Amino acid sequence: MLKDITIGQFFPGTSVIHKMDARVKLLLTAAFIVMLFIADSLRALCVGIAFTLIVYPISGIPIKMMWKSVKPIIPIVIITALLNLFFIRTGNVYWKWKFIKITSEGVDTASFMAIRIICLIIGSSILTYTTSPIDLTDAIERLLSPLKKLKVPVHELAMMMTIALRFIPTLIEETDKIMSAQKARGADIETGGPVKKAKALIPILIPLFVASFRHAEELALAMECRCYHGGEGRTRMKQLHLSWRDLAGTVFVCLFFAGVIVVNHIVK
Amino acid sequence: MAVIKTEGLTYVYGEGTPFRKVAVDHIDLEIEEGEFVGIIGHTGSGKSTLIQHFNGLLKPTEGSVYIDGEKLWDDKAKLRPIRFKVGLVFQYPEYQLFEETVYKDIAFGPKNMGLDDDEIDRRIKETARMVGLKPEMLEKSPFDLSGGQKRRVAIAGVMAMNPKVLILDEPASGLDPKGRERILSMLKDYHKQTGNTVLLVSHSMEDIAKNAQKILVMNKAKLFCYDETVKVFHRSEELRQMGLSVPQITRVFDRLKAMGIGLDDDVYTVKYAAELVLSMLKRREG
Amino acid sequence: MSSFIEIRDLEFSYINEIEEPPVVTEVLKGVTLDINKGEFVAVLGHNGSGKSTLAKCINGINIPQKGSVSVDGMSVADENNLLDIRQKVGMVFQNPDNQIVATIVEEDVAFALENMGVDPKEIRRRVDEALKTVGMYEYRLHAPHKLSGGQKQRVAIAGIIAMRPDCILLDEPTAMLDPKGRAEVMKTIKELNENGVTIVLITHYMEEAVQADRVVVIDGGEIVLDNEPKKIFSQVNTLKNLGLDVPQVTELCHILRSEGVDLPDDVITEEECVEKLYELLG
Repeated sequence: MLKDITIGQFFPGTSVIHKMDARVKLLLTAAFIVMLFIADSLRALCVGIAFTLIVYPISGIPIKMMWKSVKPIIPIVIITALLNLFFIRTGNVYWKWKFIKITSEGVDTASFMAIRIICLIIGSSILTYTTSPIDLTDAIERLLSPLKKLKVPVHELAMMMTIALRFIPTLIEETDKIMSAQKARGADIETGGPVKKAKALIPILIPLFVASFRHAEELALAMECRCYHGGEGRTRMKQLHLSWRDLAGTVFVCLFFAGVIVVNHIVK
Repeated sequence: MAVIKTEGLTYVYGEGTPFRKVAVDHIDLEIEEGEFVGIIGHTGSGKSTLIQHFNGLLKPTEGSVYIDGEKLWDDKAKLRPIRFKVGLVFQYPEYQLFEETVYKDIAFGPKNMGLDDDEIDRRIKETARMVGLKPEMLEKSPFDLSGGQKRRVAIAGVMAMNPKVLILDEPASGLDPKGRERILSMLKDYHKQTGNTVLLVSHSMEDIAKNAQKILVMNKAKLFCYDETVKVFHRSEELRQMGLSVPQITRVFDRLKAMGIGLDDDVYTVKYAAELVLSMLKRREG
Repeated sequence: MSSFIEIRDLEFSYINEIEEPPVVTEVLKGVTLDINKGEFVAVLGHNGSGKSTLAKCINGINIPQKGSVSVDGMSVADENNLLDIRQKVGMVFQNPDNQIVATIVEEDVAFALENMGVDPKEIRRRVDEALKTVGMYEYRLHAPHKLSGGQKQRVAIAGIIAMRPDCILLDEPTAMLDPKGRAEVMKTIKELNENGVTIVLITHYMEEAVQADRVVVIDGGEIVLDNEPKKIFSQVNTLKNLGLDVPQVTELCHILRSEGVDLPDDVITEEECVEKLYELLG
């Protein structure tokens, strides 16, 4: 069922990572990604693996949830790994059959790529699992707020993101309902060629558009009734403030970052 | 022969996930042709899931559904023709309108059935009359109509498919008293004129009491009972314990009964209540 | 002393400027109404009678084209008053989905206070208080789309009462709810009124209207009846002509009276009806 899709996969919890400032988490995740990409050998990447293995248990995210976000990219990981495995032909030959040749460098690169992608997904998932979407948009708004001086409508953009997040589940549910209703009127969405299929979408898309406009209109009215008048003079209930956790987190990430750089050099 | 028959019908949402929920649980049911059935049950009792099985929108996890003697899901290719026998009007059906004109929108269902243009035209005119849409309205955009009119256009769109069974989920919700009354009397006329089976899902016991010959009560995914209206209201105490509201007038007469006023009948419409009180008064005088 | 909400000869029309020439739809045709602090007023009228438009005139969403509307002495025509007026007169709509802005219940309840620029600590306090008032405190960290209709509507009400308004306008708040949700919302509304909040409830459900102190009936953009519920519902024929309903018990007594049975014409609750019928038949 469409309804079961979770968007903004926040998993409420009380871990240290949950309690960290969203801005810091966002920046540290970015640092982690950079760290994965500057690691230029499997050994350097081991530092990244170690980091992931330490941070993940702290987050308290159940293994099942994490698997849910890793699962969809497994095919990509496998394809990338296989491509590297078979197409890199330098290094010691481990195994050979006709034109297929598996070499030590192929194995190294394949595992390197696979590990990098998996660490990347786990790392960014830890961010989205431990941070509510609203905190995340809030953090983006605040991190980007210097751009306000350049007349970039930062508050408006953040508000749009929040509302989009809020209405995605509603619209998914609505799509589900409209699809059932049109199917009940004999609409045939599953069979036929691409043109017929595209045509069959009209009875679903038009009501969906109409519904979105209705939502938008009523929501705007409700927001106006609740004294909304743009970003000016607005306060926030949740104050983001830096604490020892954020400091500790930053130091922790910096250490690993330095670790990667050092290993990179040693390997050379 | 029963027009709808279910055997051990069970449906489970989210099998194998932590959200697993049995929505309908081993339902055995036979609905005879030509009946006007009210379906009641509080939110989450499984009534919406149940009706979506009747025209093959959902596939039973276990058990089977027969429409007009034919088993659903035996052959997927046969599903569509069977689906045309059971028309389903969802809650707030006006949100599914999409065509440029009312005429074209009502034509959507019949067209999907592959009927010829003359037959479609005949059906549109007939259903438009039945739901009280004036001929000049057929050329208007459905989006220019009032809420109540849109609702009637959407219902006409399903009626025009002339299904043997017409199922409506809360067709009167959100309308004002006049709009409600209009939809309900329209359904009553439709039932009388076509002789088709009508299944009406509603939270309003007053509406069900006034119209239905039989009532199907769902409770916690199970079929609580399926019986004649009088007999179901005879169990009003049990209905109330289930968290269902019985008509105000039924509550009044239940209380009078408890206070020792000898009423042997179950009262669920105002008209009947008035007759009952008048005949009691007459008996006393006489 | 002037009343809390003062409406004088209010006229309002919707103008569709897309059409050529512009199409003017006259909705309110000279409405005069006073609502005092602490009152519980139910507004009845069929769809298109102008009740929602009237409500939107009270908190300055619609600006009167003729006549005047003032709240606590402040005119809605003065734009500088609008934020104050909207804080004093909150509004709850029919569709709970379309008035919840945030992805977490407590964030949504905080929305209005954030707009008003209230101090964060004070916001926290008021949000918790509002959620407790509507009985949704334990759901404060839930996602709104996973709640039932009645729960969503109570969250919407919490979002309004967090502003500490003097008055709440509710535009058919129970129309999309099941009986359980309706009962929950009505209970909340009554409790708020008992704590001194003025309530203006637009509804199609007569059993809700009978719980008010006062019923105002609108038809064709004008106020046609304005009285206490008993005096309104006793006019069964008038109401039916206006496209409205009466409670079943009132209808029963009305039918019996027309048959010459000696019953009062102002029976509007179940209790009264049981009592009167018991006297008659017992």
